[in-house]
Amino acid sequence: MSHQTRKDPAGAKLGMWLFLFTELFLFGGLFLLYGVYLARYHREFAAAGREMHLGFGTANTVILITSSLLAAMAVTAIQRSGRRLVLYLLGGTVLCGAVFLFNKYLEWSDEIGHGIYPGSPRLAAGPPGESVFYSLYYLTVGLHGLHVLIGGTLLAVVAARVGRGTIHAGDFAWLENGALYWHLVDLVWIFIFPLYYLVL
Amino acid sequence: MKPTDQTMTPAASFWNDTGRSGIASWIFSTDHKRIGLLYFFSVFGFFLVGVVLGLLIRIELMAPGRTIMGPQTYNALFTVHGVVMVFLFIIPGFQGSFGNLIMPIQIGARDVAFPRLNLFSWWLYMAGAAIILTSLFTGGGPPDTGWTFYLPFSGRTGTNVSLAVFGVFVVGFSSIATGVNFVTTIHRLRAEGMTWGRLPLFVWSLYATAWVQILATPILGITLVLIIAERLLGTGLFDPGRGGDPLMYQHLFWIYSHPAVYIMILPAMGVISEIIPVFARKPVFGYKMIAFSSLAIAAAGSLVWGHHMFTSGMSDTAVLVFSFLTFVVAIPSAIKVFNWVSTLYKGSISLEAPMLFSLSFIFLFSIGGLTGLIQGAAATDIHVHDTQFVVGHFHYVIFGGSGFAFFAAMHYWLPKFYGRRYAEKPAIIAWALMSVGFNILYFSMIVLGLEGMPRRYYDYLPEFAPLNLVSTIGSWILASGLVLLLVNLVRGLRSGERVGKNPWGAATLEWSIPTPPPTENFEEEPVVTHGPYDYRGAGIP
Ligand code: HEM
Ligand SMILES: [Cu+2]
Repeated sequence: MSHQTRKDPAGAKLGMWLFLFTELFLFGGLFLLYGVYLARYHREFAAAGREMHLGFGTANTVILITSSLLAAMAVTAIQRSGRRLVLYLLGGTVLCGAVFLFNKYLEWSDEIGHGIYPGSPRLAAGPPGESVFYSLYYLTVGLHGLHVLIGGTLLAVVAARVGRGTIHAGDFAWLENGALYWHLVDLVWIFIFPLYYLVL
Repeated sequence: MKPTDQTMTPAASFWNDTGRSGIASWIFSTDHKRIGLLYFFSVFGFFLVGVVLGLLIRIELMAPGRTIMGPQTYNALFTVHGVVMVFLFIIPGFQGSFGNLIMPIQIGARDVAFPRLNLFSWWLYMAGAAIILTSLFTGGGPPDTGWTFYLPFSGRTGTNVSLAVFGVFVVGFSSIATGVNFVTTIHRLRAEGMTWGRLPLFVWSLYATAWVQILATPILGITLVLIIAERLLGTGLFDPGRGGDPLMYQHLFWIYSHPAVYIMILPAMGVISEIIPVFARKPVFGYKMIAFSSLAIAAAGSLVWGHHMFTSGMSDTAVLVFSFLTFVVAIPSAIKVFNWVSTLYKGSISLEAPMLFSLSFIFLFSIGGLTGLIQGAAATDIHVHDTQFVVGHFHYVIFGGSGFAFFAAMHYWLPKFYGRRYAEKPAIIAWALMSVGFNILYFSMIVLGLEGMPRRYYDYLPEFAPLNLVSTIGSWILASGLVLLLVNLVRGLRSGERVGKNPWGAATLEWSIPTPPPTENFEEEPVVTHGPYDYRGAGIP
């Protein structure tokens, strides 16, 4: 059917932006809970926040910002330079995503090793505010990690299609939308990092 | 599903013109009309399931004490009735079926902006529905929490809450996809000359609804994730024993679910705004105000969720603010009602089935709205909260309102897609039975609630017995009308009288193309030169 082949890049981008709004609101619910419970348990939140691994958090922030830069460069590159550069840049983005998740894995194993996880006996014995803090932390960061995984997969698919030539300088809505998604993942982390690691 | 023979050269209509054949030509089709019909049959199927459950609940309540089931079954039944009606019928109902069938044609487009996403959202809807159905027969049995899944109970009950909640989550994704698709379509694919000021009011209402879907549904998503986390990981975020606050669950749930009632009612209002001017043969009164009030309802309606929690222990200030805002929403809703009534004034009214259902809509929705104000005022809400009054109220709004608008839409638009119509007289009898049965069924509940009978209760005091019996009898009258409606419609669409392009003499674009419509709707790109209610411009058959 012919109408499926008509392209509307502006429409595709509008659709993506609308979808990204929904993602913001998804995380928004968790940030809302954070705000309310912070007001209620500021002492426990502050104590728990000081226990967080600032090193892991900082490293992951740097990694994600770098990856976002690479993704943005890939969008410029597909319009100006060759396919190979785009592939390198996308490869770099996906690699950063993988390193991010690996760091997360190390950080979580350490915390879980110390008996800190939702419903753990250690948290059950502590003050209620502490258990609320860690439950929120695991949920928010876990949901974010899931988004890193989805975004990475999406960009890998995009890279494969760039390689095959179905995404090219004349039609790169997919690449642009993939990069937009990745920026969202980055943006959400830029809220998570200060809230859980820095300000408390 | 298919009309027995075609009103036009077979290859030209969307019934025939497709590369695939059989069932695959439907479930893999990206044509908005086929997807619209898929949605129609699935949501309507679930509506019938929900009706049967509702009738069973009513039979149990027919007399005090045990009538046909035990208390646990009763709890499961009203939960599943609510889940099916809300998440599988009324929320996806309009956007999925009539939105898909009509909206692209009304704006002069060949399809929606993302046809494959459109098909995907139907698949997601079916997948979610399948998961919800699975949850009824596996695990600890059907959920017994009520459709609101309030924690902490839903975190503890042994029934299959996690799976049902996950199914609702998947259906939510489908809703988001439709919202994104519709906003993009309405922005990008309007035909030449189809300015925002010439957009049919149904499209305006779908547009406002789509924004609510986009902005509110993710909150439901995260709330459902939190229920599952609570059950599987023991996060304790809403468990007072571990520092959580169940009131926060209610806030999150209603931040979605109050706007969700606008997902249910706004498109219904859009349908009414289409039908009234056509059957009064007059341009709609106050086009701009009707369009604007859709957006105003969507915006103001997003701020009133707290009126569900007046009795849950909010601060007095919060109660005051939410009560005030709730009254604010009544203004744009009333604007619409006044505009419809003004459109009727001095019109040359023809009382055919779509019109009759629309008039019932206005009547029933007004009762629903006024009883809503009684609950929006904190002082009176404390008296009626969690009583049968509430059940009466929301059935007046979502069944008397959205449901009746759905029936109106079925009589109004389905002939366009089948090329044949239903018989008028049985349709009117069905309408009369349903309207009378409806009021007997639910007005009794309103009175019972005022007298103090609680909702979601398996048993009741003997003084409530007479009205409960009346209510149950009303449900049978309503159901018999529904059966007649169905039989008449199915027979009509299979072998009824043929209809031409524009049987109602309407002026919107869908009536300017052949009946049934061809695959790509328009032979050539339409250029719009007149407004949607400008009957001088429309060719009347
Ligand atoms: C013949 C049709 C219907 C009948 C007989 C019926 C009857 C009932 C009854 C008796 C209850 C239980 C009240 C209680 O336990 O306190 C109920 C609850 C409910 N109904 Fe209906 N109903 C019908 C149609 C609908 C429709 C069309 C909708 C929405 C589109 C709907 C939505 C609901 C909801 C959301 C609940 C609340 C369930 C809960 O408390 O968890 N019903 N209905
Ligand atoms: Cu509400």
